[in-house]
Amino acid sequence: MEKTSLAELAEPVGAAAVRLTGLTKRFGSVTAVDDLSLSIEPGEVVAFLGPNGAGKTTTVDMMLGLARPDAGSVEIYGEKPSDAVAHGRIAAVMQSGGLLKDLTVAETVRMTASLFGRVRPVEEVLTRAGILGIADRRVGKCSGGQQQRLRFAMALLPDPDLMVLDEPTTGMDVEGRREFWAAIRQDAAHGRTILFATHYLDEADAYADRIVLVRHGKVVADGTAAELKGLAAGRTIRATLPGADPVALAALPGVDQVEVRGDSVLVRASDSDVVARHLLTATGARDLEITSRNLEDAFIALTTDSKENDR
Amino acid sequence: MTTYVGERRTPRLGGLNPTYLGLEIRRTLRNRRTLFFILIMPAVFFLLFGLPQKGEALGNGEPVTGYIMISLAVYGAMVATTSGGAMVAVERAQGWSRQLRLTPLRPTAYISTKVLSAMTLGLAAVVVEFLVGAVSGVRMPAHVWVLAGLAAWVGSLVFAAFGLFIGYLVPAENVMQFLGPILAVLAMFGGLFVPLEVLPHAFGEIAKWTPVYGIGTIARSPLTGDTVTIAEVANVVAWTLVFGLGAARLFRRDTARV
Repeated sequence: MEKTSLAELAEPVGAAAVRLTGLTKRFGSVTAVDDLSLSIEPGEVVAFLGPNGAGKTTTVDMMLGLARPDAGSVEIYGEKPSDAVAHGRIAAVMQSGGLLKDLTVAETVRMTASLFGRVRPVEEVLTRAGILGIADRRVGKCSGGQQQRLRFAMALLPDPDLMVLDEPTTGMDVEGRREFWAAIRQDAAHGRTILFATHYLDEADAYADRIVLVRHGKVVADGTAAELKGLAAGRTIRATLPGADPVALAALPGVDQVEVRGDSVLVRASDSDVVARHLLTATGARDLEITSRNLEDAFIALTTDSKENDR
Repeated sequence: MTTYVGERRTPRLGGLNPTYLGLEIRRTLRNRRTLFFILIMPAVFFLLFGLPQKGEALGNGEPVTGYIMISLAVYGAMVATTSGGAMVAVERAQGWSRQLRLTPLRPTAYISTKVLSAMTLGLAAVVVEFLVGAVSGVRMPAHVWVLAGLAAWVGSLVFAAFGLFIGYLVPAENVMQFLGPILAVLAMFGGLFVPLEVLPHAFGEIAKWTPVYGIGTIARSPLTGDTVTIAEVANVVAWTLVFGLGAARLFRRDTARV
């Protein structure tokens, strides 16, 4: 162990930054989070990507101890959420609200700082969030982007090991989003674990090391941006082949799905070359067509309701 | 990772601290409407309704202006502590309560801060009203100033509890807009605007059961020389319990931690 502070020594060896096990939350007849399990290692920058209503915010709420799971458990660096919050181990930037309009930016940070056992200096977090220049402005007079950077400054105070951001750039203009992410990215460079929920594909792609795709409260894909792109870049190969053998085709490397429609066969695969070569050399296939899908298509395919795409 | 200075620890006293309390009080004083209702309006009432009675005396020879001044100090203090307590409604509506749950602040420390800032406002209301009275020529024995002031202030704790109770019941930013008229009616029943003796008998009988009656009569007793009755003390204690327990119950429901 390199670090020698007491807190580090007290930390259970090998504790994951986040460990969600069988997490379930229901609201009436709706299951918002459905037996979700996820483990995040210290230092990872993870995007929690999914359409609105996928259960992202509910999951984040349970990680922060703001909502109680109906089943399953949450561990943050081996602690339960309320302890992790009390120790300043986890901090969050919430989507909206949560600010007092009649305080100034600096007063809000000072007030929040006074509630923690150990904090970074107020001026330091204002600087790192890029809002030192508007320290004396009333919160009610700040733009949406400025308020979001204020929430970020507040989250920086306890110097958390894990920073959770819930749809952090909703309602920001392009410039605001860029500045916000620049601040986050700079922060992540120092080794902080970051988990951000988003429904913007490009944000997940640009800023995360790992993307966890959720739909209906379940993880439907989990991998690096490159891996997901591979999944996304999957192509559909269509050929005319009477009497095709779907089992043999499905056994080819990288094939996700085989469908036979009359004399036509449709193969969805991550590596179209292998399939095309097989079809043209080992079978009598003709009229071969290859169509590609982009990241957007994959996202939609993985996160929308269609029987065909159920995994 | 940044090198830490010291270990991760939770704050002392669950987060109760002078910086938080100070900023809370400053925030309240920034609200012009609050300032008007707790500091200016009671003072203006005194100048309008108290001063014309100058020279008049109560049965025991003490000034009528003193009676009115103490009543209005109670009124100012109750409006102050109610609005202080009711600030939880604003904070819940604005999502600040939720934000606070992302800090180590314990719910009891939060409530303590709210009560302390409400009581600070209540003290300010009493002091301002007494200053206006003194400058306008109210003359009373020193012990009357001290005892009446203390009773008005300490008694307003009932309304800090009332404000918290309503604050947890109604999460609305404009909660004081409907609490204002309610407080005025309660003050009327408490004999703060017109002595209950000059009102119909039935009115006075009902008044004895309302929450301002106890603190009103107790606060004026050093001046009137009336003995404080058990009924008056019971009134204050009972209403403090009703509002305090009500607030505690709603507050537990609101801040249940996972």
